[in-house]
Order: sequence, then C-alpha cells, then structure tokens
Amino acid sequence: MEKFTTHTGRAVPLRRSNVDTDQIIPAHWLKKVTRSGFEDGLFEAWRRDESFVLNRPERRGATVLVAGPEFGTGSSREHAVWALQNYGFHAVISSRFADIFRGNSLKNGLLTVVLPQEAVERLWALTESNPSAEITVDLENREVRAEGVTESFELDDNVRWRLLNGLDDISITLRNEDEIAAFEASRPAFKPRTLPVV
Amino acid sequence: MGRTLAEKVWDDHVVRRAEGEPDLLFIDLHLLHEVTSPQAFDGLRLAGRTVRRPDLTIATEDHNTPTLDIDKPIADPVSRVQLETLRRNAAEFGVRIHSLGDVEQGVVHVVGPQLGLTQPGTTVVCGDSHTSTHGAFGALAFGIGTSQVEHVLATQTLPLAPFRTMAITVEGELPEGVTAKDLILAVIARIGTGGGQGYVLEYRGSAIRGLSMEARMTVCNMSIEAGARAGMIAPDETTFAYLEGRPHAPKGEDWDAAVAYWRTLVTDEDAVFDHEVFIDANELTPFVTWGTNPGQGAPLGADVPDPADFADPQERLAAENALAYMGLEPGTPLREVAVDAVFVGSCTNGRIEDLRAAAAVLAGRTVADGVRMLVVPGSVRVALQAVEEGLDKVFTAAGAEWRHAGCSMCLGMNPDQLAPGERCASTSNRNFEGRQGKGGRTHLVSPQVAAATAVLGRLAAPSDLSANVAVEA
Repeated sequence: MEKFTTHTGRAVPLRRSNVDTDQIIPAHWLKKVTRSGFEDGLFEAWRRDESFVLNRPERRGATVLVAGPEFGTGSSREHAVWALQNYGFHAVISSRFADIFRGNSLKNGLLTVVLPQEAVERLWALTESNPSAEITVDLENREVRAEGVTESFELDDNVRWRLLNGLDDISITLRNEDEIAAFEASRPAFKPRTLPVV
Repeated sequence: MGRTLAEKVWDDHVVRRAEGEPDLLFIDLHLLHEVTSPQAFDGLRLAGRTVRRPDLTIATEDHNTPTLDIDKPIADPVSRVQLETLRRNAAEFGVRIHSLGDVEQGVVHVVGPQLGLTQPGTTVVCGDSHTSTHGAFGALAFGIGTSQVEHVLATQTLPLAPFRTMAITVEGELPEGVTAKDLILAVIARIGTGGGQGYVLEYRGSAIRGLSMEARMTVCNMSIEAGARAGMIAPDETTFAYLEGRPHAPKGEDWDAAVAYWRTLVTDEDAVFDHEVFIDANELTPFVTWGTNPGQGAPLGADVPDPADFADPQERLAAENALAYMGLEPGTPLREVAVDAVFVGSCTNGRIEDLRAAAAVLAGRTVADGVRMLVVPGSVRVALQAVEEGLDKVFTAAGAEWRHAGCSMCLGMNPDQLAPGERCASTSNRNFEGRQGKGGRTHLVSPQVAAATAVLGRLAAPSDLSANVAVEA
C-alpha cells in the first residue's frame, strides 16, 4: 500500500447522497482480473451526461472528491476504490461512508475522511464557486484545510499508523503466526471443513 | 453483564487482542467466487504466499455464469477469462471449486448453507456484501473487499474494528401473503440505508422465530442494504433440523457436541443492545420499492411519494433523482405501475421455497402479454428439486423462462439484463440505477408479488389476482 501523509488538490463536489458502488463502478467492469484500468468506468453512467460535474473542464485533474452522505453503499467490490484511485483521486470526503467501502479504501491508501455534513456543505459551496480552490487533507494532523475551512477529523490510531507508513496488513498479521497456530489447535472438532469433498 | 449473540460469536474467535490494535479474528469459512478473488490470488503469488487453510475455503462460479447454453463455451470472452482464472487459481492453490456444470454449483450464498457448511457460531466471510445471508444460522457473516480476501487466504484471520449491536425485534405474526422479503424491506425503509452502519443486527421476536431457515436467510441477506456490518438470528430447533444430515453438518458425537454449543448461542437476558427497533409483524403488508436505493420503499397499497414531502433536503433530492430515473410521477398508485420484466431468483429469493411460492401463484395462470419473466434458481440443487416437484413446468406453462442457476439478472454481469428504460419487478436485493442493466428500472418485491405482477403486468399482490379471477368468472 502507498503511504498517505498529506495531500493537497482541487476538488470535485458531488452533491448526491447514497452513491452506491454500482454507480462508482458498474458491474460489467468487474470482469477485469487486474487492479488497474478502471478509470474509464468510474461513474460511467453519469459521465454520459456532459453536464455531470466530473466532465467539466475545470474539474480536470481534481484529486479530492467531496460527496454526499452514505457514500459507497451496496456491493463490497473493491473495484470502486481502484476506480477512484485509477482516475486520480487521493481522498474522498463525506459525512457518512458505508462500512465495507470505508474499509476497502483505507486498505488501499485512498483516504476517506468523515466530516460533519455542515462542513461538507461549506466545501461544496467553496469549490463550486471557485473550482480552482484547493483542499488539503492532512493525515498527520488529522485536519482538512481549505479557504475558510479548518476541520479536524477522527481516524482510528492503528489505521492511521498503517496509512502513514504504508504498511501491509498481511505481513503485520503474520508476525502473530504463533497465536494463529495456537488458536487453530484449540478449535473444536465439529467445526466445518470444505475438504475432503463429501 | 450478559452478552449478545454477536458478542459471543466474536469472543469465541479472537486470536489476538491487544491494546491499540483491532481484534484479530479467526475465520471458520471463506467462500470465494470469480469476481472478487483474482486480484487476491495475484497478491498471494506476488508475495510468494500460500492459502493457509484450503480446508476452510470453497469456491463457486456464479456472478458471470450464463443461464442458457451452459454446455457451450461462454460467449463473453471477458467473463470466460474471469471464470478460467478462478479455475486456475483453485487448482494452483488447492481450493475446492464448483464450476459451471457441477451439481453443487450455484450462487455462493445458496451453496454454503445447502452443503451444511454454514453453521451456528461460525465466522463466515466472502468477497460479496450479501455474505450477511449466513447470519440466519447464528453465524457472524460479513462481506469483505478483495484486500481482505487476500488477507484471509494468507492468514485465515482478519483484523476487525469493533462493532455495535442493534436488536430488531419483530413480534406478532406475518399476515397472509406477507413474507420475509416484505419484512426486511420494511425494516430498511424504517432505519434507512445507513441506519445499520457500524452495527451487527440481531433479528428476534416471535415473528422471526416463526420463519423457516430460507425465510431467515432472506431477512439476513438484506442486512447490508441497511448498511449493517452483519445480521444474525439465534439458532434454534428450526436451525438444527435444517442442518442435520447435510453433507458437511457434524455427525455422531460431533453433532451432539455441536448442538450443545449452538444452544448457548443466544443473547443473554441481561445483555444490553446499543440500539433497539421494534416492529409489529401484524401491521406489515406486501412491500415494494419505488426508488433507486432499497430504503426507498412503501407498502404496495401506497402511492409513489412526493419528494416535496421529505423534510430532509438530502432525502428530498435523492427522491427527486430517483423518480426522474425511475420515470414515475408522485401520487401514482404503485399498483398502477406497469412492468416489462419480472425476475425471480438471487441470493435473496432464489431458494426452493421462493420458487414454490412463485409457482403457487402462477399455477393455472399466464404471464401477461408483453412481460418477460425469468426464473433463475439459486443453485443446481435448487433447480433439481424444482424439477422434481414439477415447478419448472408450472413456470414454462405460464410463459416464464426457466433458466440455469446463477446470479443472473440480479446484477446483470451475464447476458441477462434489462434494456434501457425497461422496468422490472425483481426478487433481488438492489434497485440501484443500472443494477439490472444500463438504464433499467428495478422494483424490489417478494416472489409472490413478482408472480402476481407477472400475471397482471403491473405491480400486484396475489390477493389482487383472486379478485381478478372472480371478476372473470
């Protein structure tokens, strides 16, 4: 995973709630067997509309998505995170994220920041009136900064540590291999097994 | 203080607990399918890792599989590559797989329970949000992303953030014609698509106790549609009776030991939930969705709502967007909404009881002119059982299409899709924009409502049909 410390970039204000992962990346894109090449599928249906915010020239190169509540609901597809990253986003700000999407994002170094809806509204107002306004997402200080906006945000210490250092979850877990083996040895005999095939 | 069911199962799986770290939980059962696993296996290969517990892992093909011509090579080359990738990965890493054409193939959440692999008090994960289905057995079961799939393959564990508990108590008796699907759609409409966020839901109360295992699976399946981490129902005699004798259920002394343990998996009387919701089963009616998220639902007898009536500005905007996409006018009675297609199937409602319910409504009737009805069993076993009972004949005689097992039109990854603008009454779980095909419009319904809708060509309950038949007579 790539490290995330601080990122500054222009924003895309997305005034929609309940943006489900089927909207972020439609199912037909999920046939790909790689983690890359999903950028053209991002918000594919909405992008067919020329007036969709992502299509506007002034949003080109933007790297922070500011979205409505309940962002990332629905399917567990991690492809939604890859699509956002492949397109160029480094951070998503919303007042509420769906749990699985949030977990997926933080495992890939896409920082999902929860701010109060009132702060999201101010970021929308700012970036709609001034498309070149930049937003800084500072993980070290757990703070979002933009013109007229300074908001601290919460993130679990352990998750933050992993992101700041770009650590791989699996290698961290495997440091405790002896504990896994001890647990395995204590499991009851009646627990199900898929092998051998019966 | 006592513990809830979810807390008991969680505690029994903690491999490591340390200050400042998420609990590391052991995973009893890992289900795989072709869509969310290829990048995880690639990750293993890149790091030179193996699958730690192939004996706790099983794969099936479902999302991409065609429901016609399954004996021929898969026409879509991209789907074919994805399925071949799963087969290759399963062979390379020693994972059991049920491929297209295999008698145990089917939708991953139908296959696990029918094999008896899903058991009370287990932790079950899959790279699929509808893994919550398995909570019907008193398992702690949840969907995970591909990074976590790789983590479970490599370590058979997951570091997991703590959860909160919510009781959803449903007392009373479901009225005639009201099903588990109507119940869960009503729950989601009540608490909202984000209402369950961070929570493990426990469904309890007399109405839940009265449900069959298959109906309980329908309820737990859609927990994710309320944003919940998982949904659970305490195991009881209904659960044990369902499991006994299944291929992977414990046998002999193991069975006795297992049942003794399973009986302890109930929420203690003095346990406290973080949140509680009460629902009166007697007041429930057939429920349908009108919008583009599963929380946008209403009783079938209601009208399409007016966005202006929503106090919350986000909800109002969402309703406006939804009605525009769905092509619906506020105030239109839902019963007057005409459909082009009907889909019976999915991990929500693709089990044998669902097919029986739909067939019972369709028997002796025909699908309305201009309506296309697809019936897709959740697994090959379900299909075989349906054929044995003659249900396939009921469907085809009514003019419906009887297909092979898979996810099919629930998400339209295979050729079973809606055309732009087409409207479908669907027994699946998501009415998101484009979910069943680009530009397609979805109304989530129970199998009974789906069948009645197919007959009348507009959203309808079976009770509307009897009136109709009486008028004709």
